[in-house]
Order: sequence, then C-alpha cells, then structure tokens
Amino acid sequence: MARVLVGVKRVIDYAVKVRVKPDKTGVVTQGVKHSMNPFDEIAVEEAVKLKEKKLAEEVIAVSVGPAQSQEVIRTALAMGADRGVHVEIPAAEYELLQPIHVSKILAKLALDEKADLVILGKQAIDDDANQTAQMTAAVLDWPQGTFCNKIEKTDAGLTITREIDGGLETIKTKTPAVLSADLRLNTPRYATLPNIMKAKKKPLKKVTAKDLGVDTSPRIEVISVEDPPVRQAGATVADVDALVAKLKEGGHI
Amino acid sequence: KSTLVVAEHNNEALNPITLNTISAAKKIGGDVTVLVAGTKCGPASEALSKVEGVTKVLVAENAAFNGFTAEALTPLVLAAQSQFKFTHILAGAPDSALSQRVPGGPTEFRQSGDHRVKSETPLAHIYAECIYLNPDAWPEPRVIVSGGRGLKSGDNFKLLYDLADKFGAAVGASRAAVDAGFVANDLQIGQTGKIVAPELYIAVGISGAIQHLAGMKDSKTIVAINKDPEAPIFQVADIGIVADLFKAVPELTGKL
Repeated sequence: MARVLVGVKRVIDYAVKVRVKPDKTGVVTQGVKHSMNPFDEIAVEEAVKLKEKKLAEEVIAVSVGPAQSQEVIRTALAMGADRGVHVEIPAAEYELLQPIHVSKILAKLALDEKADLVILGKQAIDDDANQTAQMTAAVLDWPQGTFCNKIEKTDAGLTITREIDGGLETIKTKTPAVLSADLRLNTPRYATLPNIMKAKKKPLKKVTAKDLGVDTSPRIEVISVEDPPVRQAGATVADVDALVAKLKEGGHI
Repeated sequence: KSTLVVAEHNNEALNPITLNTISAAKKIGGDVTVLVAGTKCGPASEALSKVEGVTKVLVAENAAFNGFTAEALTPLVLAAQSQFKFTHILAGAPDSALSQRVPGGPTEFRQSGDHRVKSETPLAHIYAECIYLNPDAWPEPRVIVSGGRGLKSGDNFKLLYDLADKFGAAVGASRAAVDAGFVANDLQIGQTGKIVAPELYIAVGISGAIQHLAGMKDSKTIVAINKDPEAPIFQVADIGIVADLFKAVPELTGKL
C-alpha cells in the first residue's frame, strides 16, 4: 500500500485569452478566471484511481502558491484526495518562483510524508515549462516516468507506457518514483456537489517554504514577456483553381 | 566560454534537434564540445565530426546507456562538467527529459526553458526546447498537410496522404483528430504535441483551437480548407478556402 503525493497548480483557466501586462513583466492575472492545471487534474484522477483499486492508501494534494492556491487543493479533495498541503508563497514572491523551487519543495514533502509515488502533470499550461517532475526526481534521486499514458502496478514496481515522439515507450521502474501525467492517461472526473461539501471538511495543512528549508530566491531573471507577433489573416479564395494559382504565386508548386 | 552540447541520437542516426542545439551553442561563442552517449555511438559521432563549429566530440559507449534514460545520462553529464568546467550546457527537449533532470541534480545549475538565446549569463545554463532556434536550418519537412476532426475518420486521412505525396510533405493532425482516434498521437501538432514551422502548412478540416495554433503559427504560409467560414483557423491563414474538404482536397490533389 502506497502513499501518493500529487501536485496541483492554480493556473489561468485554459479557456481564458491571456493578455500580456503593458510593462511586459508578465501576464495579467488580476480578475482573471483560474482553475486547476488540466494535466494536474489527470494526475489527481490517477492517484484517486490507485486508491480506489486499493493500490494506494492515501492521496495527498500539494499546491505551492499564494492563498488562492487552496481553491485547487479543495478541488483535488473533492475529486477524492484525502488531505491537502498548502505551501504558501506570497503573491509578489510567487511571480518569481521557478520549477526548481517547486521541485525542492515537493521533494522535501515527499520525504516528510513518506510518499512512495509523486504524480505531477507533465506541464502547467501557464508557462509550459515541463520541468518540475524531472527536477523533483533528480532532487530525490528517484527514477522518473515522464509523459505517462498508462501506469500499471507490478510485483516489482510499475510498468509505465510513455508518450514519446514517434510512438509509445514502455519502461519498468521501481518505487519510489516520480511520474508525470500526459493527456491520455485518463479522463478526470468532475467533482460532485456532495463531494465538494465533504472536501471542505478534509484536513488542509499550511506550511511555508522556509518551514521546509527551501530557499526560493530567484535563479533566473525574466527579461521580457511579449505577445507573439500578430498574424494577419490573408485572403479567402473562391475555389480550388484560385488556390492553385496562389500556391504558384507563392512558389510552393 | 565553453559549451557542452548533449547529443540526441538513437544509435543509428543523429536527431536533428542536436543540430539546432549546436546552432544555439555557436551563438553563445567559444568552444563547442558535443557529448555522445549510447550503446553504439559510431554513426552519431561520425555525423557530428562533420558539423561546422564543433570543437570536440566526447564519446561514452556503455550498456548502461541502453534506452537513453535520464537516470543513467545525468551522472555522465555531471562527470563531464566536473572535468571540463563548461560555462554552458545545452540539450534539446528529448523524450528522456535529460535537460530537465540535470539541473535538479546534486550540482547546482541555473536552468532556463527559454526558447531563444537572448542573454549570456556567466553560469551554466541549460536551454530546453531549442527547436525555435534558427528555423531556416530546419531539416524538417518543407510542407505539412494536417487534418482535424473534419476528416470524420482515420480512413479519410488517405485524402491527406495523397495530397501530401504531391508535395513530398509530412502529415500531421490536430488534437481533436487524435482524440477521436483517427490517427496515432505522434502525429499531433500543437501545444502538447509537436511544434512545427514549415514553409507551407495546409490545415484541412481543422477549426483552429488556440492550442493547435500554438504549434503551427510560425509556419511561413498557412493554407486553411474548412467548410465553416467562422472557423478561427481563417484568422491566421494566408490563403483560406471555405469549401467541403471531401471535394476540395481531391480536386486540389488532381490539379497539382
């Protein structure tokens, strides 16, 4: 029976059109709808499934960020996680927080909580870094199973199918291990109203990075955040002949 | 300055991303050393010895590198670093996720997921996802024909393969087409799939969800074929045609 630590990040909702701040220091987050990173929903679902299959005894949802991060921990609890840990980082400091810091925090918690598995989303849709799982594995010096498409428990550990360029790769790994969830690992459940109510009563512990002994001073500097160049829509052509003519004009055929 | 580039290969051929990574290393300046690790490094090291700007090739052949796992390669990169004291370490964003694992390792590295080399900071950097660098040098398909949910079935992708044959093009797909089971996930183009920038991108039956646009909007010329005139793909297309793809695509193939 294993204990699973699952990471949940609060990000700008995937349906929101992101706007860059006029001073180019970042993107506008004030007054913008946020939700759980979609890949983290998949990670939570997988952890809860492991518990339902009696392969895990406890699922702990962790979020690193400002006070509002507790919202996504509650969502994870409503999906079936047993308890939450909120590592509070003040909003101003959070803007400069990097995957390496989050990795060190998660690694420390994994050891403190005696986790056998850490499951994270493969990337967060705000910065698309795709770094936290790998760095967490490195900090812990545990094996990593990234971009998981399928996770199967075996006597010796886990058999993992990974989504890679050009197809799928199957690896075997021992536990403890750090895994990252890809898109097709599962379909996350919706939190039902009764479960949302129940989640309010589940334990949620608050700690700081300092409590965990992790230095969160910035290690990289963001020079500028800019909108991608706007692409102008071209002409619509009436028929295939006109399309062929345009392709000839452009030297494509 | 001195830079270590970690080569990506499959024991048979060098992955083109390594060439992009070497381009990035050359922009930093100074010596460029390339590390080739695997069980059979001959073909990759030979290819690398012909690449302009490579000062030195380090070869590490060992059964431990079978499968190119990040767990096995990380200590090797760290050992190379402690011996040669590079100012920068660069790797692509390979499946082994090495470029992410190394900076979390026991040696303190600074790390960046930046897509472009803009500044030079005097400590070891790892630039993940160097694929944005120097798109002119891409040994990638010049033309990509890509299909979406509008194709209605996997069998109908044959229409796209026929069209692609005319251009010597590669075939791609949107996430919607992959999720619907029309094609395998390795064809997926978009934020969570491949990011491409060919000369010509032909989007067929693709509505143009923002996640898909993120993966192809840097293409030089975008052609969109879709029956819905309101489809967002038309907002980025250079040439659009509002038409039934089942008629327009075979007609186009026939006229090329």
